[in-house]
Amino acid sequence: MRKSRALNLGTGLFVLLGFAALFFLTTQTTSHGLSFRSQPFYEVTAKFDNIGDLKVGAPVSMAGVEIGRVARIGFDSRDYKAVVSMHINSKFNQIPTDSDASIYTQGLLGGKFIGLSPGGSETFLKNHDQIDFTQSAFVLENLIGQFLANFSKNSGQSKSDAPAAGQPK
Amino acid sequence: MIGELWASLLESLARLGDTVRFLLRILAQVPRALGRLQLIVDQVFNAGALSLVIIMLSGLFVGMVLGLQGFQLLERFGSEEALGTAAAIGLVKELGPVVTALLFAGRAGTALASEIGLMRATDQLSAMEMMAVDPVRRVVVPRFLGGVIAMPLLAAIFSLIGIYGAQLVGVQFMHVDSGSFWSQMQSSVDLRDVNEGIVKSCVFGVACSLIAVYEGYHSAPTAEGVGAATTRTVVTSAVIVLFLDYLITAFFIK
Repeated sequence: MRKSRALNLGTGLFVLLGFAALFFLTTQTTSHGLSFRSQPFYEVTAKFDNIGDLKVGAPVSMAGVEIGRVARIGFDSRDYKAVVSMHINSKFNQIPTDSDASIYTQGLLGGKFIGLSPGGSETFLKNHDQIDFTQSAFVLENLIGQFLANFSKNSGQSKSDAPAAGQPK
Repeated sequence: MIGELWASLLESLARLGDTVRFLLRILAQVPRALGRLQLIVDQVFNAGALSLVIIMLSGLFVGMVLGLQGFQLLERFGSEEALGTAAAIGLVKELGPVVTALLFAGRAGTALASEIGLMRATDQLSAMEMMAVDPVRRVVVPRFLGGVIAMPLLAAIFSLIGIYGAQLVGVQFMHVDSGSFWSQMQSSVDLRDVNEGIVKSCVFGVACSLIAVYEGYHSAPTAEGVGAATTRTVVTSAVIVLFLDYLITAFFIK
């Protein structure tokens, strides 16, 4: 009887430890426990020409402080733009309506996030409002392409004033 | 030569079919075996609590190696802060379930196979049948369920200890910033990754326990037979676990 009791205690302890480890893995190693889902929020949308690799769940920040998260990413087939819905924590309810939203990159190769910079309007964003001023994601390939194009044009001009043979007029 | 190969292929196919039939037989007895919870608790203790020390030690060392190797690699790109992410994803998705399953097959699977095999060799199973006690229900099912319950818990403990092992090497020894270690981990490990690990360890739990009880139950009733059954348990479990691992990983890729 005593032996059986000790054995049950040991088993109980093991199972408890196992579930504690599972709980730790699901809450502490993921951002799930830190999401804004449980807190009251309001939703604003913004249309972007190009969102790069912005993902659902990416942070929305203002002055570097996280104020919400990207909730949905859709596509507007009339003007071919990406529609990003953001859930902004209701604590931050004083964002001017003429604020602008830009997509930035965390670190050099990190994930994308949305940064809001405040405008000067006296009216504030409400639920289901839209941010009109947006700036697309910074796409590294485009920048490199532009740089290379400029570079080759400049070097072509400096070598000779005659137009390059390969370029049709 | 070809004929032998063909025969051995047919032989393994027949074993596979037999194992699946044995699984169905076990599952049919599960509801009635649940009536005697104490038997299952005993087996959770045998398979789980007794494997705890080896699992925790292995988890610690695997985590520490991961921390050291990951640090060396990430340092080249100047992104040591990603160590937390690398260690957590590696442990939770892959190393936790797989290494736990391999250790489980070595520690608990062999114990199950040789115990049941010895019962077979000493005619204890036949004696039960004579007393109208179904040995599958009385002996096999509690051991199977004990393994199935213990495996996901062991894998979770392994991953947890492993992450702290990586943290120990990365943060304490190599001076990666503790805050970015944890925050980078939290921002890039998805709940989906944790789910993948849990699904894997549950499937491995079923596979390893099934193989162990099957080999034990069907071992030849001799000392040699029990030894062969134990060996086959480890070999088959290892191969099946790695095969299933690939399958589940492929399934989880978007």
